[in-house]
Amino acid sequence: MAEETDIAVPKPRPGGRTLTPYFFVLPAAIVMIAGLMYPVADAFYLSFFDWKIGTKFAKADNVGFDNYIRLLSDPDVRESIWVTFRFGFWTILIEMVIGVSLALLLEKPIRGASIFRTIFILPLMVSPVVVGLIWRYLFDARVGWINYYLGFIGIEPQVWLGDAELAFFAIVFTDIWQWTPFIFIIVIAGLQALPSEVLEASRIDGANWWQQIFLVKLPMIRSILLIALLMRLIDVFRAMEVMYILTGGGPGRATELLSLHIYNRAFDAQLLGYASAISVLLILIVFILSLGILVVGNPMKDKSDI
Amino acid sequence: MSGVVLKDVVKAFGDVVVIPKLNLQIDEGEFVVIVGPSGCGKSTTLRMIAGLEAVSAGEIFIAGKDVTYAQPKARDIAMVFQSYALYPHMDVAGNMSFALRLARVPRAEIDERVRVAAEMLELTPYLARKPKDLSGGQRQRVAMGRSIVRDAYCFLFDEPLSNLDAKLRATMRTELAILHKKLERTMVYVTHDQIEAMTMADRIVIMKDGIIQQIGSPREVYTAPANLFVAGFIGSPSMNLVDAELTRNEGALSVKGQGFELPVPGRLQERATAATSRDITLGLRPEHFSAADRGNGAFAPIELAVDVAEYIGSSQFLAASVGGKHFTAAVEVGPDASPMESGTYYFDTDRLYLFDRESGQAL
Repeated sequence: MAEETDIAVPKPRPGGRTLTPYFFVLPAAIVMIAGLMYPVADAFYLSFFDWKIGTKFAKADNVGFDNYIRLLSDPDVRESIWVTFRFGFWTILIEMVIGVSLALLLEKPIRGASIFRTIFILPLMVSPVVVGLIWRYLFDARVGWINYYLGFIGIEPQVWLGDAELAFFAIVFTDIWQWTPFIFIIVIAGLQALPSEVLEASRIDGANWWQQIFLVKLPMIRSILLIALLMRLIDVFRAMEVMYILTGGGPGRATELLSLHIYNRAFDAQLLGYASAISVLLILIVFILSLGILVVGNPMKDKSDI
Repeated sequence: MSGVVLKDVVKAFGDVVVIPKLNLQIDEGEFVVIVGPSGCGKSTTLRMIAGLEAVSAGEIFIAGKDVTYAQPKARDIAMVFQSYALYPHMDVAGNMSFALRLARVPRAEIDERVRVAAEMLELTPYLARKPKDLSGGQRQRVAMGRSIVRDAYCFLFDEPLSNLDAKLRATMRTELAILHKKLERTMVYVTHDQIEAMTMADRIVIMKDGIIQQIGSPREVYTAPANLFVAGFIGSPSMNLVDAELTRNEGALSVKGQGFELPVPGRLQERATAATSRDITLGLRPEHFSAADRGNGAFAPIELAVDVAEYIGSSQFLAASVGGKHFTAAVEVGPDASPMESGTYYFDTDRLYLFDRESGQAL
């Protein structure tokens, strides 16, 4: 009997036990380091060199902070950042308004709501490259459906992707088409998780439909709204494929978001070091914006509110 | 017709009729507790009074006004929910003043009313805190404060104490009773806990399957249960209900079951005589057993085979059997008595109950 007990209860191993937790974190840590930390660090390193693809990196010039100095006075970079912010402002603003409104309207179990909900989230499932192709044909000046249908209501064909203003409108419109469902899904999930008794209490307290939305529902899903906002903001700085295919950043730099600008600098202009320096700037901007939102909003703070 | 009146109220969810036809008159200033097992329709009834649930048929009047189809906010009611239903993003003062702010009550008056309510509920030090920083009891009090500040005509409570621990529940029961005295408002309180019902109510409404079984003061429903359901539901530990028959021995009517025979008390003689041929269920409350004959002629001996004696303090709960049937007896024997054993116990036959087994109604 005594021997069996020995087998059933393994002796604690003082050395091995402390390492076990790290072992479990290891896979995630490896993925993070190999997939994220290393490329970022490498880009940072690269930003101090002047290097072209195909040449030996060992022969590349170490230019010190030259890339960064050039960056600060580069009007193209400045314009690209400006385009990115304008793009982010309009897309996120409109996506939030439409997404939240639709979520509020479709939150109730109306007949057919689930079908509409499913149809509505389809754009989210389309690959960005395909989205770019679809809308490039839709916006096409000669064969595009948009000009075709606008013709019926007497609007002259527009060169959508060839005019700075219209092209900017086109990328904003496409982004809204694809990403509003994202806001919609997150917000509707949040709304449906709200405790019904609190909403009933607000009805008894005398809140009308608007007051219930603005004084009770939206404040209660505030952390969810902030997280959605944050994710969209980061996406805006990542966005590239759609513009790359839709407009290529043109005409001029009218639709050249920062990430596309980096791509063009790196692979068209073969300025890898300089592109890396812009990337570092991009990371810095996203980092500051995210931190700002987290500090102001702190979505984690309200976790235990309900 | 003041107070709260439900007239022929029906509630159905699709084809399922939850409340067939309910009539209830609650007087102004009365504290009425609706009690029943879960699914009996008590919460639905309360929610219909609140206007959170639409009636399928019938009418509801509050303070003499027909509010059958009125919005909750137009009914002059306040409600306390089981989960407290506080607004998590507002502090205590904000929670309490929300209704007043919506009603555009002047700032100074809001502050004053919140101050008074907070003082009454001892919430003054917590006015600036968020609900998540409060204990369960404090949250409960904020929920009540939110109602008090409203100064509504009628207060509705939906199992407000069930999320609290036993001790706090007892305290809050007392506080609620005091509150009712102070505010003198009509209060309708829903619970599944018969102790809450007994301790707080002016009148108790006992419901089962959407049908009111009995309405009466706590004393009435305890001393004169209308039927088997009420008899089993009210009282703790619950009443022993056993099959029995009425027999006549040398002119005296007695009720006989397996392993016992008890004389029928004077108050039931007449009705029992008329029911001798029917199947009877006998009801014996555990607390009417005693260890000794108290000697007023009403006590009759009964043999209990005690399985377990639970020490409660001055009483002991006996899990026993009589003629193979399970019985519970609560005997008062003082705190120093050793565990009670099998033997002869005495039952106060003045307090026994007879029910028609088929209809379930009391004789």
